[in-house]
This record gives sequence, structure tokens and C-alpha cells, in this order.
Amino acid sequence: MPANRFNGFTEYGIGIGLRATHYNHILTRKPVCDWFEIISENFMIDGGRPLRILDEILEQYRVVQHGVSMYFGSAEKPNREHLRRLKELVQRTKTPWVSDHLCWGSVDGRYTHDLLPMPYTFEAAKLTAQKVREVRDFLEVPVAVENVSSYAEFHVSEMTEWEFLNEVVERADCGILLDVNNIYVSSQNHSFNPLDYVNSVPAERVAQIHIAGHSKYRRYILDTHDHPVIDPVWKLYERAIQRVGHTATLLEWDDSIPSFQEVHDEALKANKFLSSTLLATAV
Amino acid sequence: MRLKALQRTMARAVMQPLTSSERMQRTAPDGQAMRRYAERFIKPNDRLTSFERLEIYNRQYWFRLLSSMIEDFPGLRAVLGDRRFDAMCKAYLVDCPSRSFTLRNLGAQLESWLRKHPRWAGPKQPLAVDIARLEWADIEAFDSAAEPVLRPENLGSNPGANLRMKLQPYVRLLDLKYPVDDLLLEVRKEEDEDTDFASNAFQERHKRKRVQAVAKLKPGAIFLAVHRVDDSVYFRRVEREEFTILSALRAGKTLGQAIEAAFKTSKAPVQDRATALQEWFRNWSTLGWFCGGPN
Repeated sequence: MPANRFNGFTEYGIGIGLRATHYNHILTRKPVCDWFEIISENFMIDGGRPLRILDEILEQYRVVQHGVSMYFGSAEKPNREHLRRLKELVQRTKTPWVSDHLCWGSVDGRYTHDLLPMPYTFEAAKLTAQKVREVRDFLEVPVAVENVSSYAEFHVSEMTEWEFLNEVVERADCGILLDVNNIYVSSQNHSFNPLDYVNSVPAERVAQIHIAGHSKYRRYILDTHDHPVIDPVWKLYERAIQRVGHTATLLEWDDSIPSFQEVHDEALKANKFLSSTLLATAV
Repeated sequence: MRLKALQRTMARAVMQPLTSSERMQRTAPDGQAMRRYAERFIKPNDRLTSFERLEIYNRQYWFRLLSSMIEDFPGLRAVLGDRRFDAMCKAYLVDCPSRSFTLRNLGAQLESWLRKHPRWAGPKQPLAVDIARLEWADIEAFDSAAEPVLRPENLGSNPGANLRMKLQPYVRLLDLKYPVDDLLLEVRKEEDEDTDFASNAFQERHKRKRVQAVAKLKPGAIFLAVHRVDDSVYFRRVEREEFTILSALRAGKTLGQAIEAAFKTSKAPVQDRATALQEWFRNWSTLGWFCGGPN
């Protein structure tokens, strides 16, 4: 929803992911872009060029932090060093909210650096929600959890993915970063109707939406962020916007990255759906 | 299966090395057939078996980590060759899986691991250790902290032999058996050109040039300071005595102790030492290598 407690009561429009290949263009041309999303881990360092660039970006643009390795669903305590560095970065960027994935990726202190799927059990939901709360309380900013693309399901699951998401966010009282591309990818890999997912999400908790492209293989789809957004994903986005209203939207493009302008133009296609929502609200 | 048990079971399979054809192994970490192992916890669907679904994650894990190693250690890859580098990385990552939330730290144990396991580097092990050290120092110098530079007024009224001076965290000091700085710069130059002209023939020609550059490299002790100027990392060769002074200061020794250590076995003529010291300190100060107030 626009301006809710899960996105710090902000009204952000369309942003793109801040990537090193675009630094020069952004800093020299200063293109109009409503906001940038940064991968937190890339800037959780002590010094050097990445932080200098970030500070220059922060002087002119709004930045939101998105993490890839908090692993809310890992059955172990949050890494204290990770939290400490993340909080330092939160204070630097003044991000209105932080997001990370509803997944696991480490066990016994060993990191896979992947977004591994959760078993959809009540035990996992309880533990994950507790960890989200701990992280939010430590960081002192709203936290949104993002649904991931997945390629496997577990025998032990007791509910659907969207039921699990709802269970976690209700227990944690946190926001949702709704990735409609991930919903599409998982729906194809696990044969469910993606609209069932979008229609079940608690609209009042959606802090932000992700859109992206993916790669289709013969027997499954991989979430590769290296293509434009396909029409079925735009349709899911349209439905999501109908339900949640004008919401901060971010295009992810992480591999075979085209020019800044191409990425931004692709992201701005979301305006077609956002503006219709604004019109509906006005009427 | 409880959450932690499931995550351990899956992680063991995901982190198990791939076969030579980059597929998931047929035998699971517990010795049973991987097909059965996967079936225990992963559902099949109408297109993929449990094994195949698990294999997607197993392959992604190794592709991601090996890409990171290739990106961080192009010099070591040039020294070992693609196949040996690949095998070495797999063995390293099995012994030293990531224990950090960031891939930046993936190679943190590589130098010590290579020393303990020389067979993975073959006959070039000393050279491999040197270049691994340099490439890790490069990573550290790139994003370590820079503290406020030491100003003369911070030294106090009596900066004598008991002064303790602090080196910038981003300055890394290396004593090396091979001139690997030249080699790494050559490898990077070739890689930049490869990116610009990506034809296979061009890349093959450059690969041959890299192999020749490695083959030509002869042992020769050097002392190196890996540091940062305007956010770019540089390799600066220093004299043995400079290295000793800087290392001693980093270790918390006083200025007097550091200078004494440097010249204890030095062959530098006594009459030249004062001038050399002045020049070194002037250079280091100009480069901003000293930080904070005196300890």
C-alpha cells in the first residue's frame, strides 16, 4: 500500500537496482530516477570506492536497502557481525525500510550464498517470524520479507507458499516485498495459479514490489534477472497494483545488464499500471 | 523432519562437489544413493525428479562460488592454469566453506590453506602462495577503512624515538619470493583486452601470453606495500628496510625500535641511512599512510 508503516510511510515511485556498470552514467549525467535499491552486502564494508560512490549517490537520490544474506529462515541466530554492519549502513543511507528474503541459506555457520526455499511448516514460520522481529528491533527500521523463486518443494510442508508467507508476516508483524516475477517463476516450477498467490497476499502489508526477467528452460524456469519483464509478469503486477494501490516498484536486472537508459525505460513501463491506479483513486 | 535437520541434510548435498561433467554426484554425503537421499525430503513433480530439483541448487552453489573465485584470483588462475585452478578451488571450498555473509571473504583462508596443502598447486606452490597473498591483499586494500591522516600537529611537542605511529588499515605489507606484482598487472591488462575483444581466437592468444608470462617469471624477493590512492589500489615496491620499519610500526613498536630493527642487518651504508629515512617518511606521509594521533 502507498505510505504504510512497513515502508516508513513513504510514497516512492519506480526505481531500479543500483549496479556498478551504471555508476559513471549516474554520477556524470545525473539522470532522473525516483530511487535506487542497493544490495546491502555490497556496502557493508569499512571504506574505499563503493562507500564513496554510495555517498555521492545519497547526496542526490533516495536509496532503499535490499539484503541477500540475512537468511531469516535459517535455523540459527542472526550473525551479530552482519547485524552490526547492516545497522551502520542503515544509519548511513537512512533507508526508510530494509528488505531481505523469506528463505534460508546458512546452517551451522556455513553459508551457501543462495536463496534456498523454506519448508512451509508452522515450526519454520514461528522461527522465521521470531528472527524477523529480532532483526527489526535491532535495526530500528521496518523490515519487509521478499518471496523467492524456488525450484524444489519439501515433503514436510504443511501449507502453500502464500499461506506460509501470510503466517510469517502476521506472526512477525512485518511488511512484504512482493516479487511478482518470483511468483510467476515458482508458479511455473510448481504448477500453481500465480493469481491465487497474488490474491491471497495481505495488501495492507505490501511495502514494495519487485519486477524482473527470468530464463526459461525446457523443464523449469530460473530466476536470472537478465531479461526484460515478460507479459505474464506484467499481468501479475497489474493485479498486484489493483489490490495494493500505488506502491514503490523496483526493476531488478543483475546479469547481462544493458545501459542505464534501457533498464530505466523497462522499469518505467510500470507507470502504465500505476497511473491507472491513480486515476481510479481520483475517480 | 525438523527445520534444522532438513537444512543440514539439504546443505550437505548442495555443498557436495559436482562431477567432472558438472552434474550432481550419484552418491550422497552419507554414502547412500543420492536419488534416495533427495527423495527423502524433496518432492518430485511432473517434469523433474527429486534428484533433478536438488541438482539445480547443487550446481548453482558451485557455479556461484567458482565464479567468485575466478573473479577474485585471476592471477592465481593464470599461474595454475584453468584446470588445476578449478580443482584447487573445489578442494579449498570443501575444506573452507564460506563462513561469512559476504562472498567478499571467500578467499580469506586461501593463502594458509595453500601452504597446508601444497599438492593442489603442484610444482608452482611457492609462486601460487605469493600471488594468492597479493590478490587477497588487493581485496583488503580496496575496501578497508581509511582513518584521518596523521598531521604534524598531532605528533605533540616531543616526537622522539618512543613515538608509536599507526598505519592506515588499508595498507598491506607483503614480503614475496616472486615479483608477482608485475605478473598480476600483466594478467589484468590481458583480461581487460579480452573483455574488449571477446573473440575465441583473441582469447586463446592472450591465454598463451599469460602462460608465457608465468613461465618467464623467475624467483626474486620483493617487498610490497599494497595501498590505495583516490580509491584505486596500487602496488608499491619498497626496500627491505622500509618494509621492516612499516611492519614494526604496524606491530605496535616504537619509532626507535622500528628503525633499529630495519638497520640491524642492513647493508645500506651508514652515511646514507639518515637521508634514506627522511625520504621514506616523506613519501609515506605524502601518501597518507599514517593515521590518527600517536599511540
